Amino acid sequence: MSAPWQRDGYEAVIGLEIHVQLNTASKMFCSCPNNFGDEPNTNVCMVCLAHPGALPVANAEAVRQSVRVGLALGCQIPDVSEFSRKQYFYPDSPKAYQISQYDQPLCGEGIFRVPGADGFTVRLTRAHLEEDAAKMIHAGGEGGRISGSAGSVVDFNRVGTPLLEIVTEPDIRSPEDARRFLTLLRATVIAIGASECDMEKGSLRADANVSIRPIGSTEYGTKTELKNMNSFRFLERGVEAELERQLGLVQAGERIDQETLHFDPTTGTLSSLRSKEQAHDYRYFPEPDLLPVTQDQESLAALAGHLPELPVARFDRLSEAGLVEATALVLATDTGLAAYLDDLALRTGDLKIAANWVMGELQAHLNADALSAVQSPVTPERLAALIALVVDGTINQTAAKEVFAALVADPAATAAGVVQDRNLAQVGGDDALGEIIDAVLAAHPDEVEAFRGGREQVIGFLVGQCMKQSGGRADAKALQGLLRARLSS
Amino acid sequence: MSGVELTADEVRHVAALARLGLDDAEVERLGRELTSILAHVNTIAALPIADVPPTKHSRDSADSLRPDVARPGLPREDALRNAPDPSADGFRVPPIGA
Repeated sequence: MSAPWQRDGYEAVIGLEIHVQLNTASKMFCSCPNNFGDEPNTNVCMVCLAHPGALPVANAEAVRQSVRVGLALGCQIPDVSEFSRKQYFYPDSPKAYQISQYDQPLCGEGIFRVPGADGFTVRLTRAHLEEDAAKMIHAGGEGGRISGSAGSVVDFNRVGTPLLEIVTEPDIRSPEDARRFLTLLRATVIAIGASECDMEKGSLRADANVSIRPIGSTEYGTKTELKNMNSFRFLERGVEAELERQLGLVQAGERIDQETLHFDPTTGTLSSLRSKEQAHDYRYFPEPDLLPVTQDQESLAALAGHLPELPVARFDRLSEAGLVEATALVLATDTGLAAYLDDLALRTGDLKIAANWVMGELQAHLNADALSAVQSPVTPERLAALIALVVDGTINQTAAKEVFAALVADPAATAAGVVQDRNLAQVGGDDALGEIIDAVLAAHPDEVEAFRGGREQVIGFLVGQCMKQSGGRADAKALQGLLRARLSS
Repeated sequence: MSGVELTADEVRHVAALARLGLDDAEVERLGRELTSILAHVNTIAALPIADVPPTKHSRDSADSLRPDVARPGLPREDALRNAPDPSADGFRVPPIGA
């Protein structure tokens, strides 16, 4: 755990509710395409629009993906689960109820571990499958918000999108840990391919339940719910702001109201939202139009056995192989980069060297060119050939960077070819280096004097000059040694 | 076990949840009807059914799922045809919470 949030004798108690849109081809209860960003109301049918008599049929793939997410998060998967109706009146729900799950969710209790030296665990309460609501476009309200709106237009494309809601116990103790947990959970869902988890597009949405209590207390204070924070930074900042607000209220002797809040990242302030159902009386009851969904142990074992390597396990593997935590975390949470690394490490036979290249030159190039690892023209095979030239001393690090750039620029080039064409092979022999050193020392008598007079740091300048003379090709280690020997003789 | 009687306030609460506006006469009449329905439920509850699993569906089966195959929905003009107040591309609704 990072340093817990503790102020003036109070500590933070945070739980998350995470909504993940599953990337199925069709919607949850009808065959309409599950596509983000299409023209409004073009992916709708009589089921989506709740025409009388239209009946839902559950999507087998959405069930399968939900169970895979549950297994990946360490949840128990019950034999039987069931859909329920959650009743509320709001224009985003044309049936006036949402098909969700109540007392028999697809995924039950679990434990999710955030690894690392300051790692922690978060208990998962459940994960249940439901349908997303429609999108409201609020005309006239500032920035599309409800307050001050002159009216709304409803786009039902999103209604019925399969949505998995993952609920945690209030086990998180700081805004930073909330972000760390969500980062790893997101990476896990992406790794198994169940969702893109793109917060900007709303395929991952997080609500936070926030309260404070005296340090050491086992009871919970009154919690507030922060809705739909659409970036990791906003989640962290929103929770932080709410903790400060609650502390202020408690210290002023005022009461904390149980309410739903919206965090405005531009002002850093929280405002109360009008609730969908004032009474919070959703009157759940079993959905009579849908039959229960069952799981058998054999199928579950097969699904679990076919999960890919998950970020937490990958982090452990990379840490044990000697990578520093920050590096292991970046690679653990980026499945594409990790696959590249594994391929490269297999070819070079050295994970650490491979990781240095992936985290250094490769990542810089991927970022600059907006590519994913698999899209890079510098394949693991080409990069491995370059690394081999560094390892066997043919070229130095400076030249290696130049070769890498050449491999990016020309997909047909080979490392060995670039080294030859540009004459980049390292100058390492004592004779060749000796000539360069002689010339540099002769040209800089003052610096030589200074070094011999005790100004050790001058050697950096002289090394630089020799390197320049060599066109950047000198073997830096051999050069240093030779230069020192020459200066102290 | 038929001692349950809904109060007028309870009837009004249920009506509010269902977005129904009731006058006093309706509150009185529906209170009586709901009370009699509850009495019937209580009669059932009094039966020795502790060992009987809840019956939630008329069919004793499960897993009626469909394959994940997408098909086009309705043309938008058809989808909007019955809307009381359509806009060019959507369903217009009154301001929320006004």
